[in-house]
Amino acid sequence: MKAFVRHEGLVAPLDRANVDTDQIIPKQFLKSIRRTGFGANLFDEWRYLDAGEPGQDCTQRPLNPDFVLNQARYQGASILLARENFGCGSSREHAPWALEEYGFRAIIAPSFADIFFNNCFKNGLLPIILEGNIVNDLFEEALASPGYRLTIDLERQQVLRRDGGELPFTVDAFRKHCLLHGLDEIGLTLEHAAEISAFEQRHRQTHPWLFRSESASG
Amino acid sequence: MAGKTLYDKLWDTHLVRENPDGSALLYIDRHLLHEVTSPQAFEGLRLAGRKPWRIDANLATADHNVPTTSVERQGGIAAIADPVSRIQVQTLDDNCAQYGILEYQMNDRRQGIVHVIGPEQGATLPGMTLVCGDSHTSTHGAFGALAHGIGTSEVEHVLATQCLIAQKMQNLLVRIEGELAPGVTAKDMVLAVIGRIGTAGGTGHALEFAGSAVRSLSMEGRMTLCNMAIEAGARVGLIAVDGQTIEYVRGRPLAPTGALWEQAVASWQQLHSDADAHFDKVVEIAAAEIKPQVSWGTSPEMVLPIDGRIPDPDAERDPRRRESIVRALEYMGLRAHQPVTEIRLDRVFIGSCTNSRIEDLRAAAAIARGRKVAASVKQALVVPGSMPVKEQAEREGLDRIFRDAGFEWREPGCSMCLAMNADRLEAGEHCASTSNRNFEGRQGAGGRTHLVSPAMAAAAAVTGHFVDVRTLEATS
Ligand code: SF4
Repeated sequence: MKAFVRHEGLVAPLDRANVDTDQIIPKQFLKSIRRTGFGANLFDEWRYLDAGEPGQDCTQRPLNPDFVLNQARYQGASILLARENFGCGSSREHAPWALEEYGFRAIIAPSFADIFFNNCFKNGLLPIILEGNIVNDLFEEALASPGYRLTIDLERQQVLRRDGGELPFTVDAFRKHCLLHGLDEIGLTLEHAAEISAFEQRHRQTHPWLFRSESASG
Repeated sequence: MAGKTLYDKLWDTHLVRENPDGSALLYIDRHLLHEVTSPQAFEGLRLAGRKPWRIDANLATADHNVPTTSVERQGGIAAIADPVSRIQVQTLDDNCAQYGILEYQMNDRRQGIVHVIGPEQGATLPGMTLVCGDSHTSTHGAFGALAHGIGTSEVEHVLATQCLIAQKMQNLLVRIEGELAPGVTAKDMVLAVIGRIGTAGGTGHALEFAGSAVRSLSMEGRMTLCNMAIEAGARVGLIAVDGQTIEYVRGRPLAPTGALWEQAVASWQQLHSDADAHFDKVVEIAAAEIKPQVSWGTSPEMVLPIDGRIPDPDAERDPRRRESIVRALEYMGLRAHQPVTEIRLDRVFIGSCTNSRIEDLRAAAAIARGRKVAASVKQALVVPGSMPVKEQAEREGLDRIFRDAGFEWREPGCSMCLAMNADRLEAGEHCASTSNRNFEGRQGAGGRTHLVSPAMAAAAAVTGHFVDVRTLEATS
């Protein structure tokens, strides 16, 4: 996983509440058995005027000029500004994969759906929760000033405005640690393998019916 | 000290370690896998040179994009028309074979939607922790199990370590007291709950359903309820174990037997929230007030009783809510103040992990019996949740009733719930669907989904528009 320490980038405002993961990456693109190749189909139904099919060359497709990410001023955006309950719906991790591959490193919203929020951290994508009225302000600023950029300092847990203003955010300590160092969570968990085994042994004694090899059928 | 909630108990029993930073390692008893969210996890495992921690905790099935027509099914994987679906189903078979994971393959007699087969085979047991790379894993909470959806990285994490890195959630209690009116089902109940608390109402919470109306539901009704906890934002839905839970599990192929069964039952009897347990949030709903529900918009919280009228955005003061109503009306092709009963249907879908079990099919068949699908309805599909459900329905003659009425009777799978296979809506079509999501494009690009109960879907099929199922007599 890519480490995330400090990031400065162009902000794209997506002014819509309850953006679900079907919207972020429509289901027809979930059929790949790989982890990559989803960026071109991010927000497919909003971004293109035609109906997208997997495996298509997206550079040839007609773009929807009204969709925010297609506007010239947001090309190269790496911070997505979003509304309430971003990432609701299906648990597909293809959603953060697509956002990350498109070039986003962080998403700022007043709230996120749980599974999506969690999936972001596994993919080097930082979801930041800020209060609704602060997000409103950021939307206004981003819309009012082309080339609007923000800096995110994960170490200090601050979003920095260009005028020097700081917006603090909270982040779970373990997730922050993993993100700062780009750590592999499985490797970290396996450092506790002995503890897991010991738990498993006790659990097997207290709940033997949960271990199929010892119960009815094999 | 206050007592514990059911969620607290399940959490404590599975806690391997707590980190000083508040995160925890939770032991996972059961891991369900399907073809869409697992390939990259197996790939990751191989690339890192790791092995699954405990093979017998895993159970796999192909469901999301298997074809549902018998012609395609009979030909096996090679006959799946869509090449990409074919690769996914094949990849699941290959991965399970390589690691020795028990899999109910596409044409196995136990195959079905992952959240239908878990309980059906006794792979879902009370008191378990159970995860699956699918958000509707909340379904299994109907058994007093701690069950929720996970992403693909977590699928890999569970495969490799038998644990999940978790943060403890808060406790939300939704208490539904009283008796449901006749013709009102668990589906109407959960849609009414979502309409009340909103699609983010349960975010960050484990949602326990309680109250006399919940206790009176069958296990299948309880699964419908927990299935849609995620549509209220709660990853986890829960219902306390009672006599019904235990009777449902008894004798299932993977359920314990003999002395082990007795021991298990004694332990399961503790699986309820203590009387003095503390909930962070409590919502009370009177069952008698719930009417048959129909979703009108593009989010499950946009729901109305059957006698309702489409909302008027001008009556909404919050500008962003107004905006989302305007957008939903436009997408759905509806007008403010239109009665719900005026919505005409192009297709009807009875199926999905929410409503494809035998009781659902019986309820729909009771309405379809002796009637005909309206001429204006292009297609009415019935897709049983699993092979055993299909066989049971055929033994009861439900397939005949549906076919005689003009419904198509299909092979088990997710089908038109998410339209990853050939079953899908055309742009602009309205569909009465027993599934759980009405998001834009969920059932096909431009498709317009209305979430309803199985009986309401059948009633819509035979009349061509939404109708209060209670005004149609069930014919039996
Ligand atoms: S039936 Fe629908 S909601 Fe259920 S698992 Fe399948 S795709 Fe998901």
